[in-house]
Amino acid sequence: MTDWQPLWLSFRLAFITTVLLLVISVPLAYWLAYSRWRGKAVIEALISLPMVLPPTVLGFYLLIALSPSHLVFTFTGLVIASLFYSLPFMVNPLLSGFKSLPPALREASYTLGKSGWTTLIKVLLPNIRPSLLTGIVLSFAHTIGEFGVVLMIGGNIPGQTRVASLAIYDEMQSMNYAAAGRYALVLFALSFSILLTVHLVNHHFSKPDPLS
Amino acid sequence: MSRFLPILCCCLGLTLLSAPPRQNIPATEPPAPGPVPQEVLVAAAADLKFAMDSLVKAFPAGNDISIKLVYGSSGNFYEQISNDAPFDIFFSADLGYPQKLEQQHKTLTPIKPYGTGQLVLWSKKLDPSKERMNTLLLPSVTHIAIANPAHAPYGQRAEESLKHYQLYDKVREKLVMGENISQTAQFASTGAADVGIIALSLALSPQLQKEGKYWLIPPATHQPLRQGFVLLQHAKDNDGAKKFAAFIESARARAILKYFGFGE
Repeated sequence: MTDWQPLWLSFRLAFITTVLLLVISVPLAYWLAYSRWRGKAVIEALISLPMVLPPTVLGFYLLIALSPSHLVFTFTGLVIASLFYSLPFMVNPLLSGFKSLPPALREASYTLGKSGWTTLIKVLLPNIRPSLLTGIVLSFAHTIGEFGVVLMIGGNIPGQTRVASLAIYDEMQSMNYAAAGRYALVLFALSFSILLTVHLVNHHFSKPDPLS
Repeated sequence: MSRFLPILCCCLGLTLLSAPPRQNIPATEPPAPGPVPQEVLVAAAADLKFAMDSLVKAFPAGNDISIKLVYGSSGNFYEQISNDAPFDIFFSADLGYPQKLEQQHKTLTPIKPYGTGQLVLWSKKLDPSKERMNTLLLPSVTHIAIANPAHAPYGQRAEESLKHYQLYDKVREKLVMGENISQTAQFASTGAADVGIIALSLALSPQLQKEGKYWLIPPATHQPLRQGFVLLQHAKDNDGAKKFAAFIESARARAILKYFGFGE
């Protein structure tokens, strides 16, 4: 019998994280792409930091930071951790998407009297659909694959913080290779099909650009 | 992503530039005098963390033999050793794991007991000796750290003890699990968990003694934590490992283990 709870938990975590990241990252990437502020390099570096830092560094700081608020060892705590952990995977694709758009697009929209908000929603975002999709999928997949941080601040509570990657590890250590294999297979198949879909869809999107 | 490429190239370049001279040094310099110290790789149950450091310091042949320590949960080590991890000696918090290794012919010598582990209730904020086991039921206690019962003997015994006091079902929702007993202690010592069920040997360490209070959980409430060590096949030609194993059985080593709370 496979316990589906860890898989379900992983998906719930990844889903919530991705939605929140989308809300945070669109304005953030927009600002980073068009702001002329010199200090924005610092912000960009900070956002990319979780990609190169060992998860243990993140885990250490989060454990210290979350301890007083009793958020450590909770699902909410994991969501907060995942937001930091997967932020670059959402912001960076969006940022390069915005940057690759010809300035004429935005200027034309402004000339026609559209507000910044309308321009973003109706002109810019539809034109960076492949970047949006990449960002969404990468953050989702990256959150599913989270292990080190969860091990450090999760506490391995069934139904709360025992996500699929931890469940595999636990089954391994308890020598239940069959159960570990089942989880691993589900994750493997799922990650592969997600990535395959993205590549197929992005091929479809990348038609010749009418503006160039 | 393309912005990262130059940075990556720089890092790679630096690594490549800095590596070769190091490799060239042995060729130009005369070899160091005297024999190279022998290396012994020890897999030790995490409850030995502080005791083992003292044991290694007290080891008389310490100058010629370098003892490399790896701490973890006994179940994890069992798993690694049965997959031929290159450990020379295995200190297990439970006799069951080395016994299984013996059946798999991974061991070199009979299993020798080195002590009995002891569970304590440890807290940074509360004094567990007041309410004893009922500390766990206090409303201010929202998280209780135990070692993962799936592969850490201290976790299995903690669970037995909770069941003995008929507390298990009442506190089940509060339990958080550490990878091994030392991560469990870390959860408690950072205050992330309000109470931890940890090893006495860790509670007696200078760090934890300063930071919190503990109460001994009566050993009669759970199966004994009889611990043992064994030389592994990998140590076949390693005299250093054999010397270290002999030292563990000496009176000096026994005294150190006793000091850190390991019973006979």
